[in-house]
Amino acid sequence: MPRTPEAATVTPLHSDMPSRPGTGAAPAIVLEDVRKTYGRGASAVQALRGISFEIRDNEFFTLLGPSGCGKTTLLRALAGFEHATGGTIRLFGQNIMDVSAHRRPVNTVFQHYALFPHMTVAENVAYGLRRLRRPADEIAAAVAETLRLVKMETFADRRPTQLSGGQQQRVALARALAPHPKVLLLDEPLSALDLKLRQAMRQELKQIQAKTGITFIFVTHDQDEALSMSDRIAVMSDGLVQQVGTPTEIYERPANRFVAGFVGDANFIKAAIMSRANTEVTCKTIGGLELRADGKKARAGQRDVTLFLRPEKVRLGAPGQGSVDGVVATLQYLGNACLMEVDIGEATPLLVSERIADVDQPRRAAGDRVGVKLDPRSLQVLEE
Amino acid sequence: MANLPENATLRRSLALGPAVLIVGAFMLVPVAIMGVYSFLEAKSFGGVTWSFSGDAYVQLFYERLLDDSLRLSSGYLIIIARSFFLALVATVSCLIVGFPVAWFIARRPLGQRNMWILLITIPFWTNQLVRTFAWIIILGRNGVIEAPFRWAGLLGEGETLGLMYSDFAIAVGLTYTFIPLMVLPIYASLEKLDFSLVEAGADLYSSRWETFSRIVIPLSKPGIVAGCLLVFIPSLGAFIQPDLLGGGKKLMLGTLVQFQFSTARNWPFGSAIAMILLAFVIAFLMLYARAARGAKAMEMRR
Repeated sequence: MPRTPEAATVTPLHSDMPSRPGTGAAPAIVLEDVRKTYGRGASAVQALRGISFEIRDNEFFTLLGPSGCGKTTLLRALAGFEHATGGTIRLFGQNIMDVSAHRRPVNTVFQHYALFPHMTVAENVAYGLRRLRRPADEIAAAVAETLRLVKMETFADRRPTQLSGGQQQRVALARALAPHPKVLLLDEPLSALDLKLRQAMRQELKQIQAKTGITFIFVTHDQDEALSMSDRIAVMSDGLVQQVGTPTEIYERPANRFVAGFVGDANFIKAAIMSRANTEVTCKTIGGLELRADGKKARAGQRDVTLFLRPEKVRLGAPGQGSVDGVVATLQYLGNACLMEVDIGEATPLLVSERIADVDQPRRAAGDRVGVKLDPRSLQVLEE
Repeated sequence: MANLPENATLRRSLALGPAVLIVGAFMLVPVAIMGVYSFLEAKSFGGVTWSFSGDAYVQLFYERLLDDSLRLSSGYLIIIARSFFLALVATVSCLIVGFPVAWFIARRPLGQRNMWILLITIPFWTNQLVRTFAWIIILGRNGVIEAPFRWAGLLGEGETLGLMYSDFAIAVGLTYTFIPLMVLPIYASLEKLDFSLVEAGADLYSSRWETFSRIVIPLSKPGIVAGCLLVFIPSLGAFIQPDLLGGGKKLMLGTLVQFQFSTARNWPFGSAIAMILLAFVIAFLMLYARAARGAKAMEMRR
């Protein structure tokens, strides 16, 4: 049986490839109108409804979305476990739609690790290279090097069942990295770990990605994970890509209400646009407030637009000092910050997050009257 | 609950009591009687006379000539060999047919699996004798298989494919009878198999065959071994299939035992054959236990 030529050209780990994203010549992956439908007729379920975007070489790319949004289906289509029912998937220029899973130079870190229980850690890591018929000395060297990379070299002779969850996670990563795939797929690999371990693993995954120079495609529903690790993120919902961008773009300039609400907390205020000057618009809310906001594509006279504002972008001061006065309705003390709902006479109270940085900062309490400062640059008109 | 004794040991013995009684009275005692009978002398019309004799065991390997001298005889050894051979054939064919069936059922959605298991066990609900007779209709002269050949003129008057009353017919009968005993334990171990391991195999460049031989087979081995034992052991002592499908000409150990107790009325000889059969079975189980222990010990060491 012929082995894939792609998988056969293995570059050594720690290659001196540039670790900056997007410097590779061809994109690692190009998706064109990828579709996946389960079932037929009336009961058909569309898991992917036309996905198109590019993933650059040597990029840490995250597919972010709630459960059922199609991110795992897309990952499985990339791995070859699911056959996409439409569109094309290109891997470094080659159409891989009809290439079966075992011939794709792509490896997966499974959500529940899927380590082979009847093999030792070393045998697990060597498995892919053995199937590629690599010489024994090369396999031994690659296994030792990969285990060192994930700091599991002293566990080579253990069985997966004798390892903790975090250790199994590292072995699963080593097993997928050992054949040095062109693209590494990670299916919510941190979801089964406890919080502290999860946070430590984020940094480590990022470092391993930089060291190996392999394109990582990471699936998660955890926005913190996505923001902290990714070069770029694709936010998915309902079988569609809602936005592709850097973590800053996704968080600061969400493309629509779904992205704004899914990534972080958000205030949404219904308003009508009165006038416009350059990119700044003046709007009137339902509660009668007149606010200035950022809206490149907004037109004067538009009704029913949604203004978007992050809770930490709101500044509080003494009454009369802000754009509007309000009353603190509820308050949650979080230690490093205070999360408040401030009633400003709109349909829903304004969510405000105030960092507690100064010792002599005024302590808020429910019922306090406050002045609410709204910066026009952080108040955005969302595109519909 | 208040009437139960406080002593844990006593309570445990009471709980085990019924099982010990049943196994003792209905299994160990009859086997012991058989063991004793095999060393007695046969009465001419059945039953035994109470004098010690090793004749039954001698008879298995030698025939007694008129002048009371012994000559090595292969007659019964051939029957033992045939029993082993046919039991082996039945086990292998059960495995070949049963494994894909078990895989198929284990891959059905959870709600459908019980229905498929039910379908597998349905043949158990009717009498084994009747089911075996059905094979005569299928394999026999002018049977379901021969009829089309005859109709097409490929088989002339008085000609037959000779499927019935052969080792082949016995093997078919044994396979058919015991296949659920192969499917069920393999299904039990495949059902527990995490399918993402199969995907991981494919992900790591294994072809279908490599995934099957390096991941699926090793992980379902307990079920495969259990299934093979469950088919091989009863096949070795089967008597209905060789009697009906082998036409009484192709004897197996089971048929031989039955023959000694009914027609030949040689109880000690029948008992001796049964004891030998039992020895084989125990030997197999011990080999299996040792292999299982060995595998476990190796796992612990690693």
